[in-house]
Amino acid sequence: MFAAATAALLVVMGCALLRALLGPTVYDRILAMNSFGTLTVLMIAVLGFLSGRPEFLDIALVYALINFIGTIAVCKYVMFTDLGSPTRGPEWDDI
Amino acid sequence: MILLTDVILMLFMVATAIALVFVRNLFAVIMLSGIFSLTASLLYLLMDAVDVAFTEAAVGAGIATVLGLATLGIIGVQDEKPQQRSSLGSFVVVLITGIVLIQAANDMPAFGDPDAPIHRHVAPRYIEQSGEEVGVPNIVTSVLASYRGFDTMGEVMVVFTAACGVLVLMGRTRKPDDYPEEDYREDIDPREGSSDFVPKDDDESVRS
Repeated sequence: MFAAATAALLVVMGCALLRALLGPTVYDRILAMNSFGTLTVLMIAVLGFLSGRPEFLDIALVYALINFIGTIAVCKYVMFTDLGSPTRGPEWDDI
Repeated sequence: MILLTDVILMLFMVATAIALVFVRNLFAVIMLSGIFSLTASLLYLLMDAVDVAFTEAAVGAGIATVLGLATLGIIGVQDEKPQQRSSLGSFVVVLITGIVLIQAANDMPAFGDPDAPIHRHVAPRYIEQSGEEVGVPNIVTSVLASYRGFDTMGEVMVVFTAACGVLVLMGRTRKPDDYPEEDYREDIDPREGSSDFVPKDDDESVRS
């Protein structure tokens, strides 16, 4: 059961990787990396159950947080083409 | 199943690495290196090196991606021009280094080998005698702070140097005069001492 889930996850990871390699637009690549990170989280959880050590679930949670921060940074870069404080207005200052 | 997963993940890493070399779009390179780090951390996790996997995910996929994007924002270049000069010399150096590393890896004990030297005489001594030799009840603390004290000091110095470098490079806020005129909004004039524009980052970056 978990072996089948692992195989399915590997196939989907391959698809996401392919989209990151080929992706003509920026958004393809952002989405590919984000979904690859999510798949990594799922993979850690499934592998924990596959090898009989479900305590890996905590690690998967930390990975989810890291993935979120990375995606925020990427989105901010795409929107402002900078990560510093590109707009001098008070309402956008440091997202 | 685990072995098959290992092999497929390594194939992913090889494909990502080859793509990293050939892709010219720098944004795509940053995305691909994030994917590379995520795959590497999965492999570390499969080899039970959870702490290394943690570091790889946090530094490789998290911080390095953000730093790469910040750099891209500063230099403002999206595509790297392909270089015309031949890279045969570099290829030879990489090839020789790889052969030497593979040769050296053959001499190492097998993965998870219970007869490896580290399991035979170092670890039992830590477990049996660290209490009377160092006097700290926690074995991990006595190993880190006493047996490997110099190693820990070196690591701390490396981390401190890296932090200083990052602060020197990025912690400095630009003076208001560095910005071109059109970056200003109409309603905020920094030279009038508006409180909205006072660079607060200086203190905060030093404190954190």
